[in-house]
Amino acid sequence: MKVLVPVKRVIDYNVKARVKPDQTGVDLANVKMSMNPFDEIGVEEAVRLKEKGAVEEIVVVSIGPAQAQETIRTALAMGADRGILIQTDADPEPLAVAKLLKAVVGEENPNFIVMGKQAIDGDNNAVGQMLAALLDWPQATFASKVELSGQSAKVTREVDGGLQTLDVDLPAVITADLRLNEPRYASLPNIMKAKKKPIDTKSPADYGVDIAPRLKVLKVTEPAKRSAGIKVETASDLVMKLKNEAGVL
Amino acid sequence: MAVLVIADHHDGQVRDTTHKTVTAAQSFGGDIDILVAGKGVDAAAKAAAGIAGVRKVLTADSDALGQGLAEAFEATVVPLAAGYDAVLIPSTSQGKNIAPRIAAKLDVSLISDIVEVVDAKTFVRPIYAGNALETVQTSDAKVVATVRPTVFKAAAEGGSASVEKANAAGAPAHTRFVSEEMVKSDRPELGAAKIVVSGGRAMGSAEEFQRVIEPLADLLGAAVGASRAAVDAGYAPNDYQVGQTGKVVAPSLYIAVGISGAIQHLAGMKDSKVIVAINKDADAPIFQVADYGLVADYKTAVPELTEALKAAGK
Repeated sequence: MKVLVPVKRVIDYNVKARVKPDQTGVDLANVKMSMNPFDEIGVEEAVRLKEKGAVEEIVVVSIGPAQAQETIRTALAMGADRGILIQTDADPEPLAVAKLLKAVVGEENPNFIVMGKQAIDGDNNAVGQMLAALLDWPQATFASKVELSGQSAKVTREVDGGLQTLDVDLPAVITADLRLNEPRYASLPNIMKAKKKPIDTKSPADYGVDIAPRLKVLKVTEPAKRSAGIKVETASDLVMKLKNEAGVL
Repeated sequence: MAVLVIADHHDGQVRDTTHKTVTAAQSFGGDIDILVAGKGVDAAAKAAAGIAGVRKVLTADSDALGQGLAEAFEATVVPLAAGYDAVLIPSTSQGKNIAPRIAAKLDVSLISDIVEVVDAKTFVRPIYAGNALETVQTSDAKVVATVRPTVFKAAAEGGSASVEKANAAGAPAHTRFVSEEMVKSDRPELGAAKIVVSGGRAMGSAEEFQRVIEPLADLLGAAVGASRAAVDAGYAPNDYQVGQTGKVVAPSLYIAVGISGAIQHLAGMKDSKVIVAINKDADAPIFQVADYGLVADYKTAVPELTEALKAAGK
């Protein structure tokens, strides 16, 4: 089996995003960038399936600037086999990303795709579902457990109020939720090995996909700040204030 | 201008996320129809027809829709979308599951998690875990959007819309429903509760979380929440998680116990009307957003709070 794992280079999740004073976006200059944490879970799942012998080849694809190569190398160091970088300085919207990934699927013919449920920059939570729609493949989103058996996958999903289990025929798109696994740290020897693994560099035009934006960002602003209130001394003070002042009890 | 709202419903009831999405739809200025898709939807359709300002309610009834299968929702909604300028879906986990699939089939962008409708083509939505708000204008002919329910007021009752049947998609060829395991609870639902009591990593264990947080919640008739740190540590189930990667809540009263207040947690609760923080670390970031802060060890503060609440007649 061959699995395709899309990964995105995003602001590191420990860094607080700051809005640019001119309201054109979030300031990413000199900010630490990392692999989207949900995508890391996707890579880890693919690597674990390979270690179990259920998967033979893991292909990682990233769409982004030249530096997204580092994100691909991280995935290669975790255990993926080769990478594809679709290099662009534009920041394609989810629909365009899904179309590019569909074109990659057309060339690579993977048995399934596993990827993060959302990227922590745009927070769209859209590409996996869009890709499944464009390919007319089944989707199993927000996965917390994946079991491959023959030509299908049993996927447990995090849904409102509990868990749902689906059985999807392959090929399918699976998106990873937080509890699917805990991604490993790449070891130094594996980081060295990853440097020799191949990365193909392409452009959106190579796939004939129109990535022109459909959305115009009019402005990006900071949300209204909530100001700190008061400190109370005791629990009974707190109850009195909640009852008499705030009126919420 | 006509807007289709896809209802969030359960057991013959329409959840108030639907009412709130109807309010967002009102800002488009036009007719509003509601699709109630599922299995055995007559009671929910009747309830949806009672929401004020709704033109008609469409029902789609099949096992696959009842199981929430995204492929079935796509096949049901896409043909209906031809008659609408916008499709709005409450931003629940099911809404997030189906909306992008519908948008892609229609070849339009998805506008996720809108918190404000500026006009019928322009929307405000949070990005970067709520650390920034983006105002976007779409050039697509049709809008497909998920709506963050907590920021909109619920549309009133008092309507009497007609109910019509729509074509419901049957079982998809390549996806089979296996099982569902719902957490049973007598507590209010986290997303809809008036009061939420949340616990953090300070609890130290699942037993301690249950011993401390749950009785306090039950005394207040509150829902139970947790920080991601507490969920990751296994102290609380994932569906308790409040934050950017979990549920976004905006109750009248939010009580954070032993929660430091990481950005990702604040993104999920900072729109609450009143926030109370109990933490022994006076420098914890949670105090920067709390209306009332109590600097104390939860081990003594929560029993005292419980006593004070009982004395106050709770």
